[in-house]
Amino acid sequence: MLAMPRLSLDLPAIDVTDLRKRYGRIDALAGLTMTVGRGEVFGFLGPNGAGKTTTVKLLLGLARPTAGSGSVLGAPLGDLGTRRKIGYLPELFRYQPWLPAREVLILHGQLIGLPRSRRRPAAEEALALVGLADRAGDTVGKFSKGMQQRLGLAVALLGEPALVVLDEPTSALDPIGRVEVRGIIRHAADRGATVFLNSHLLSEVEQVCDRIAVIDHGRVVAIGELDDVLGASETEVRVSGLDPADLAAIERFGSPSLDGDRLLVRPMDPGRVPDLVAALVQMGARIHEVRSGRTSLEQRFIELVAQDRPPAGTPSASVLR
Amino acid sequence: MITIAALTIGEAARRRVLWVLVALAAIAVAITTWGVASLVDLARSEGVGELQLRIGISQILIFIAFMFGFVLVMTAAFFGSPAIAGDIESGVAQALLARPLRRSSYLLGRWLGLAIVMVGYAVLSGLGAIYAVAAVSGYTPPSTLLPVAYLAGQAIVLLSLTVLLSTRLPPIAGGAIAVVAYGLAWMAGVLGKVGLAIGTSGLVGLADASRLLLPTDAMWQGVVFGLEPAFVIGAIGDTPAGRGNPFFADTPPSPEIVAWTVAWVVVVLVLAISQLRRREL
Repeated sequence: MLAMPRLSLDLPAIDVTDLRKRYGRIDALAGLTMTVGRGEVFGFLGPNGAGKTTTVKLLLGLARPTAGSGSVLGAPLGDLGTRRKIGYLPELFRYQPWLPAREVLILHGQLIGLPRSRRRPAAEEALALVGLADRAGDTVGKFSKGMQQRLGLAVALLGEPALVVLDEPTSALDPIGRVEVRGIIRHAADRGATVFLNSHLLSEVEQVCDRIAVIDHGRVVAIGELDDVLGASETEVRVSGLDPADLAAIERFGSPSLDGDRLLVRPMDPGRVPDLVAALVQMGARIHEVRSGRTSLEQRFIELVAQDRPPAGTPSASVLR
Repeated sequence: MITIAALTIGEAARRRVLWVLVALAAIAVAITTWGVASLVDLARSEGVGELQLRIGISQILIFIAFMFGFVLVMTAAFFGSPAIAGDIESGVAQALLARPLRRSSYLLGRWLGLAIVMVGYAVLSGLGAIYAVAAVSGYTPPSTLLPVAYLAGQAIVLLSLTVLLSTRLPPIAGGAIAVVAYGLAWMAGVLGKVGLAIGTSGLVGLADASRLLLPTDAMWQGVVFGLEPAFVIGAIGDTPAGRGNPFFADTPPSPEIVAWTVAWVVVVLVLAISQLRRREL
């Protein structure tokens, strides 16, 4: 019996396997494998030169992989028809400086095949969404960098695409603009779109993404839900009068380690902090400060990248740089 | 393709380049008309015969066409060289090509838009000059459309070359190479004429080879032939002076060379598409 083909809607938004891209002697991607589900807000992180923008270009068909395979919205990488359903804000956002903002959007509406009668209303809606409704008639050349990035966001969101790829979407925005963009990303996700967010701003990713991938040297070093990547919570206590021999008594709270006056219990349920403090006091210790929380994404990112890097002065085995 | 062609024409219009070209063409036509009118008045008052007058005006018209041809070729080089390279350098191309737009449609759209501007400019300036000169002198060349078509053909040949170069080279480099190539092709044509006059087959062969590599000079010969009255061709066509004159042509470009020019443009555009397809953005 023949298997029924899966509907493209059942397939992941992005699915790549062992994707490789070589530019001359440089491996920009060295075997990238990852899956992004439908409707996710997916954060794509990595240090400079890790291969983030290369990945985006391969997903959009702007560059071809040297090896490996992948699909976007159920179609092979670079499929022309699928691009109709993808909105893209490039890292280097530049639009025809001589065109009014509204006409840039009408042009893109035409390219993605919006019916003629829908182009102008869709352009106005997208401009309103990014706060440029009152500048619709102004030529792009008169826009500040931040306004041009907002226009790029409007272009990416035009026609309610199923996949929105944002490459550093807030690099030119002020703090208010960044907060607004988080709202815009959430709005796109609420209507069912998948958002692929390539960003250096870890706090932004932490606040808005459901899942993340950290890449370095052209491959994934961590991927999963934010909680999984960040790991469990920990509690740090500044303490005096604690004998290291007593540490075994608090192992029921988590794995303890004492460094000078700093006691770290990891992993540890934040709800058990009062019990830990009571136990320490009972043991005769004096408590000066208690901090409970989770590793920040920034800390975790630095840890992951440091783990992946060879010691200084040692060339990487897998990647020529 | 049509969307991108319309966008390209819109760009030329909104960036005022088109209007500057139209204004310059109008000024050039006005000045040359005034000059020809003055010369005609002077010649008639001096008692110059009507035949000599028509010969003189036909030559002036060829010089005017040469000037417009040169402006057109320069415009083609300066418009064509950033057509693709400029868009890629600025990032405009990446935003467009992430859409369901084939690279071939994008390239042909850019080329078509610019070709329409070039043809429009050739028709406006060429016919403008011919009819303005006719109005003040009474002289109309044997053909009006043919020289204008060859004038446009010359620009389209160079435009195609610059668009090809634009898929790989930065705008300034592509423009400079195209202008130098045009100059060399024109010089090869002149040397070929000299070779004909003094009977040196090597120089004639050089000109023929150059016309195959870049057929702008073949188009220029068509412009010259179309502007010359038949009696001039009959009078000096078979003399060394006629054969050696780069502003004289006793025959139109052969059907073979015209067909080659069309094929050349097609091949260059196919090469350009193939280069752009292979380019990583």
